[in-house]
Amino acid sequence: MSYNFAYLDEQTKRMIRRAILKAVAVPGYQVPFGSREMPLSYGWGTGGVQVTASVIGPGDVLKVIDQGADDTTNAVSIRHFFARTTGVATTTRTDQATLIQTRHRIPETPLRPGQIVVFQVPIPEALRWLEPREVETRKMHALEEYGVMYVRLYEDITRHGRVAQTYEYPVIVNGRYLMRPSPIPKFDNPKLDRCPALLLFGAGREKRIYAVPPWTTVKSLDFDDHPFEVEHWDRPCGLCGARGIFLDELIVDDKGGRLFICSDTDYCSRRQAVRPDGEALS
Amino acid sequence: MYVAVKGGERAIENAHRLLASERRGDPEVPELSLGQIEQQLALAVDRVMTEGSLYDRELAALAVKQSRGDLIEAIFLLRAYRTTLPRLGTSLPLDTDRMVVERRISAIFKDLPGGQILGPTFDYTHRLLDFELAGARADVTITPVRSEAPPESTEIPEPLPRVVDLLDREGLIEGESSGDGGGHVDDLTREPLTFPASRDIRLQNLARGDEGFLLAMGYATQRGYGRNHPFAGEIRLGEVAVEMAPEELGFAVEIATIPITECQMVNQFKGSATAPPQFTRGYGLVFGGAERKAMAMALVDRALRCRELGEEPASPTQDEEFVLSHSDNVEASGFVQHLKLPHYVDFQSELVLVRDLRAGQSARSSR
Repeated sequence: MSYNFAYLDEQTKRMIRRAILKAVAVPGYQVPFGSREMPLSYGWGTGGVQVTASVIGPGDVLKVIDQGADDTTNAVSIRHFFARTTGVATTTRTDQATLIQTRHRIPETPLRPGQIVVFQVPIPEALRWLEPREVETRKMHALEEYGVMYVRLYEDITRHGRVAQTYEYPVIVNGRYLMRPSPIPKFDNPKLDRCPALLLFGAGREKRIYAVPPWTTVKSLDFDDHPFEVEHWDRPCGLCGARGIFLDELIVDDKGGRLFICSDTDYCSRRQAVRPDGEALS
Repeated sequence: MYVAVKGGERAIENAHRLLASERRGDPEVPELSLGQIEQQLALAVDRVMTEGSLYDRELAALAVKQSRGDLIEAIFLLRAYRTTLPRLGTSLPLDTDRMVVERRISAIFKDLPGGQILGPTFDYTHRLLDFELAGARADVTITPVRSEAPPESTEIPEPLPRVVDLLDREGLIEGESSGDGGGHVDDLTREPLTFPASRDIRLQNLARGDEGFLLAMGYATQRGYGRNHPFAGEIRLGEVAVEMAPEELGFAVEIATIPITECQMVNQFKGSATAPPQFTRGYGLVFGGAERKAMAMALVDRALRCRELGEEPASPTQDEEFVLSHSDNVEASGFVQHLKLPHYVDFQSELVLVRDLRAGQSARSSR
């Protein structure tokens, strides 16, 4: 006995593709789907894996990242899963991939038309921390009743002088649906706006799929006097010297030593390859 | 000096090798056979089949072995296998009246047609460790019970009426709802859970639900969180026939007999504006002898029927969305444990923010 191409049977793929088509037709709307039990644990990307399995074809070139890195254990595991069940080519290069499955980051290398990015989503509902009941939140979306989210952001401003939301920063998609952009850092939110690639979000345990079609407007919530802003670091990457990208912080000793390096390992290693000295900065 | 987090691939391979060797343990100790697990850890197998939603003793035993006795992991293994199986059809409803009963007790009548049959139960054992079991020759002391059974037990037994049906004849208990869809059964493993959930979906969810979770929820109803005044109307354990009626055949054929435990809770109900005072039902059904689970399921089923019966839901045990969304241990285990995965990108964002906020505060306080 052997498994079907990309593990899922064709009927299941068809069901998921229908959910994806609906999600693309109504940007930002969470489409319930008959999420299957997958051979990897809930929370490890079962939603993303089902979406990827439903859209992947033999000609695809797949990249899988977790925290921006191609070599984190779960990224390795998922890449293996698809290499084994589809035989497609895999890559670490963002510019060469046709399909990118990601957890928590959007690559620094600009995406291009024709690419598909699949996000692994733990909690799809943007309003969940404000209202735990699905019955209620569905109603709030239907009525476009998003005042509570603005109040929540306003409360941050009164308490901290700024919005204190750093990841899964809420966005409005296509001027209509409030969406939780998976837990990417808000640093990546601007990359969602008018993105040339198709962005698909899969939540397996919660059984929801949503999408941002190419070139769709995605606006991070803010106020006129408190415009949206992203994190910044006052130093470059310690390995490639890049600035204006998302940095990871490594603790290098027990005396407070820190190294800041690119979270996007593909971006960083390609920059290092073209640097004439090739030496790490510190 | 930079310690790379590279090498994930080799780390995973090594972890799998180590896991396999830990699972086997000391090679001097004989390896467990699936038959041993199936026969001697039968209640573990029953639980894995019940919460794994798949009746297959051999595969469940394999899952128990592969998971090193971690039953939630075993349930997960069985579910991940089940998800790939084709759906050939829907069986007819089990007729538990025609159960070949091994155990049947009712707490609400001293005696009743068919009698009280204690069966294989821990209930009246004294929980003293039986050190004879520790010895290799423990089996010798056990007298086989089944082989002594009288020969007429092979005859087709008389149907054994269910206690609740006896109450029903007097109209003392609510009639049994025949389901919502006229023969159509929703499938929780194919369609996402939506609210309000239909009766079949609710019962499927509870049958698959974690025994520990349902036990705690059921217990809470007894302590006042959604109290529903239960009596154990009847608990029966035994073999029932599973029948299918393929369309091209036009009649039902028996495809298997399986052991199940059924629990019918009988609950007080004062009546409402439209309904006279009568008893109401809570229902539990599990594979094999998972009796504790069947009873807890019946308590929670009744608690979740509060809206339908016009009761004001006042506690989490009566909150359908709360209970049904959190009962599944494979989902819960995954999401709780996914916190082990790297989250350092989001954490970095938080670090940047907290440092900024602290810098802002100390600048303000030094002014």
